[in-house]
Parts: sequence; structure tokens; C-alpha cells
Amino acid sequence: MLDKMTNRLDFQGTALLLRAERQRLLASNIANADTPGYVARDMKFAEALSAATGGSQGKGAMSVSQEGRSGDYGTSAPGHIPLPGFSERSTLGYAVQTQPALDNNTVDLDRERAAFMDNAVRYEATLRFINGNAKTMLSAIQGQ
Amino acid sequence: MSMFSIFNVSSSAVSAQAQRLNVVASNLANVDAVAGPDGKAYKARQVVFQTAPMGSDDAAGVRVSAIQESETPGRKVHDPSNPMADADGYVTHSNVNAVEEMVNMISASRSYQNNVEVMNTAKTLLLKTLQMGQ
Repeated sequence: MLDKMTNRLDFQGTALLLRAERQRLLASNIANADTPGYVARDMKFAEALSAATGGSQGKGAMSVSQEGRSGDYGTSAPGHIPLPGFSERSTLGYAVQTQPALDNNTVDLDRERAAFMDNAVRYEATLRFINGNAKTMLSAIQGQ
Repeated sequence: MSMFSIFNVSSSAVSAQAQRLNVVASNLANVDAVAGPDGKAYKARQVVFQTAPMGSDDAAGVRVSAIQESETPGRKVHDPSNPMADADGYVTHSNVNAVEEMVNMISASRSYQNNVEVMNTAKTLLLKTLQMGQ
């Protein structure tokens, strides 16, 4: 019973954590915009979320695409031993260079800034979902 | 709280860019200098940025790993009346390229602004998170 009540909150909480992590990643990219040889990183949010929730999000929660290598930990066949330290980071990728720079820096500042703002808005949206959920639960408990 | 390390990352970048601005200022100030502290002509300086890991591998800050002096020869101006002139009457000025330094300055100030904006956004998000459930 209580499990059903908090299921959706769990999902949104995981989403919020991943948003915070992506925010940190984008901040690192912006910070290293002038560092020679730095390679920009980013995550595929849908894959990261489905890996983090194990594809077991509550009913009525957002459906997340399960395609890609979610949670395979660097293995491509059932007999493979998963690589250590490959679990969470497996969803991290390298950004593709749009305009090659002489110093091999692959940060595209326009893209990073746009992604940073986009991620900030989505973070806030997730916060509001959580708030709305909590309010719904509270009014259901109070029955008023 | 993982979002707090955004402040570490961005502040490392801000201080690195501030150091770059500092170097640009010193280069521009010495653009016409004939003699540096060692009696020779001033040499333009450049900062070298390097990625600095901050705990986890997805949070990468910046640090200034070195300050390099440019080895290009300085401008030679024929001015026999100058006390610093050599036997042929040439005075060696600093090797600072003012145009290059101005471009460097604009780039540094933009990067500085970007990182300040990142910190502002992170602060707003954290404050919103504090208000969660109210």
C-alpha cells in the first residue's frame, strides 16, 4: 500500500538525481571550454534513467525507451564478466566535435550552454512533479 | 549533494580565467616596455590550462598548470638616442602582440561570464530544491 504511494516519488527522485548529475557534467564541460585536449562528456538521459530505475518504474509513470545498451555493463554476450567500475558510467558518452579546434578541445560552448539551460528547466520541472505528487498524497491522506 | 560540486568546478574555472586575465593585463601593460625586470625586453606570457579531476570522473575542473613565456623575438626599432639602444642603434621592445592580447582578453572575459552564469543557475536550482515539499 505504502509502496504504491511512494513508487512514483522514487521514480521522480531518481530522475532528479540524474538531472543533478547531468548538470554537473555540463558545468565541467563549460569550465573546460578553453582547456587544450579536453573531450566534452554527456549522458543519454533516457538510457541513464532506465538503467537507474531498472526499467521498473511505477504504473502511470513516464514510459522510458529501453533500447540501447542499458545496464549491460560493457558486456556483449551473456558469458562475459562485467567490467568493474563500468556500472553507472556506462551511460556517459563523448560529445562529437561539430567544429574541429586546433587544440583538440571538443567543447561546443553554444551547445553546452543550451543543454545547461535545458537541463536546468527540466530539473525544475521534475521538482514541481515531486511537489505536486507530495501534495496529492497529503490531500489524499487528510481526506479533506 | 552532488550539485554542490558544480561550485567547485565552476569556481576553479573562474579563478583560472581570472589568472588568464591577469596575465593579459600584464602583457598589455608591457606592450611598449623596452626593458623588463632583468634588464632584457619583456616577454609575453601565456597561461596553460589543464583539466583537474574533482573527486569523480564526471566532474572536471580547470587549473593553470604553467605560465609560459613566448620565445618569439622582440620588435626591433631603430632609435639611436634611446639609452637602451645597442651598438647598431636598435632598441628591442617586448614581443607582445597587442591584437592577440585583446582577443585573449575578450575570450577570457566571456568564459568568466559563462562560469558565473553556471554558478548562478546551480544556486537557483539548489534553492528551489530546498523549498521542495513546501
